[in-house]
Amino acid sequence: MSVDRVRRLVDAVPDPELPHVTIGDLGMVRSVRSSSFGIVVEITPTYTGCPATEAIVDAVRAAIGEAGYGPASVEMVLDPPWTTDDITEQGREKLRKAGIAPPPEIAGDLEAVIDLPAPCPRCHSRRTRRLGDFGATACKAPHVCQACGEPFELFKPI
Amino acid sequence: MGATVLSNDELLRHADRAMVLAQRLTEWIAHAPDLEEDMALANLGLDLLGQARSLYTLAGAREGAGRTEDDFAYLREAREFRNPALVEQPNGDFAATIVRQFLHDAYAIEWWTARVDGPDPDVGALAAKVVKETTYHLRYSRGWLVRLGDGTDESHRRTSAAVDALWPFVGDLFAPSDAALRPGFDDRVAAGFADATVSVPAGAEAFTPATEPSPLLVELLAEMQSLHRAHPGVSW
Ligand SMILES: [Zn+2]
Repeated sequence: MSVDRVRRLVDAVPDPELPHVTIGDLGMVRSVRSSSFGIVVEITPTYTGCPATEAIVDAVRAAIGEAGYGPASVEMVLDPPWTTDDITEQGREKLRKAGIAPPPEIAGDLEAVIDLPAPCPRCHSRRTRRLGDFGATACKAPHVCQACGEPFELFKPI
Repeated sequence: MGATVLSNDELLRHADRAMVLAQRLTEWIAHAPDLEEDMALANLGLDLLGQARSLYTLAGAREGAGRTEDDFAYLREAREFRNPALVEQPNGDFAATIVRQFLHDAYAIEWWTARVDGPDPDVGALAAKVVKETTYHLRYSRGWLVRLGDGTDESHRRTSAAVDALWPFVGDLFAPSDAALRPGFDDRVAAGFADATVSVPAGAEAFTPATEPSPLLVELLAEMQSLHRAHPGVSW
């Protein structure tokens, strides 16, 4: 069997909380390999408290099983921990198209970027206002654009 | 496993701290001053629950007796919990919740930051992410501390009252092995209190942990564990 094909299947699993992007776009898939016991997938969770983690494991197993490559074992790896810097360029573009501002790059210093004004994903203006750090989901902060007047969300750097 | 990793007692102390505070925060759901604060407190609680689950799972793996995160969270008695008393304290009004959160977060960021490059690699991997989560928590609790403390006469009065009521529990946050964290905590708290125009109570860390579990914890766990006890094996 082709491990590359399985990798593409796994990468294409949608994120339960952000249906516009896949777990591949988010950079959550650490490895896919073939062992004598079947396919082994390593996934890293995004948020520590993310209730969607179990759903992702189930979806990955199902995707592999439905394509006839199962059974697969899905392992969670914590080290090195996931950061929003792992989101791919393709993932960032999809977020913008969905009206979500992608997170600024942290590069080891969250404090340095936490107060940067998020550019509006629609009109690209930086005249935007943060309404709070916590929105309906843990990973996004509600904003409003003062140039075009539209509300939007920032994918918070973490 | 080398001798330098955290003891299970210490892992449980921090897992219980996060779990108990998460439980207190969930009590705010649908009762916060507005929807935004409702979501913020719920998100803080969710992060803390995730931290607790990770630490319980690690403690279970190291213990090697097959105990799961559920076993630690739901099947232990109050006397087995190791959390500092601060996180058991009732929500009170919004000012009391914010002061409790600020004191907790100022401690938590120091503790987790020290773990990032510490000698326990499993906790270190977790810490890299938790430090970032706690950065947001502290930004929230400190932001509200300042708005309330430096706000109206009434909000200032309530904030000061909460500081006076909760300050006695600060000493108990620090285990003997945490002594090196205290100066960083004191600096953060002094700066936050100064911006909030509230004063640090003088020397009133009089709280001594009792040998018996506090009625507050017993009641909180009864509530938290009731669902699980009524439906054994119910999933998270
Ligand atoms: Zn705009």
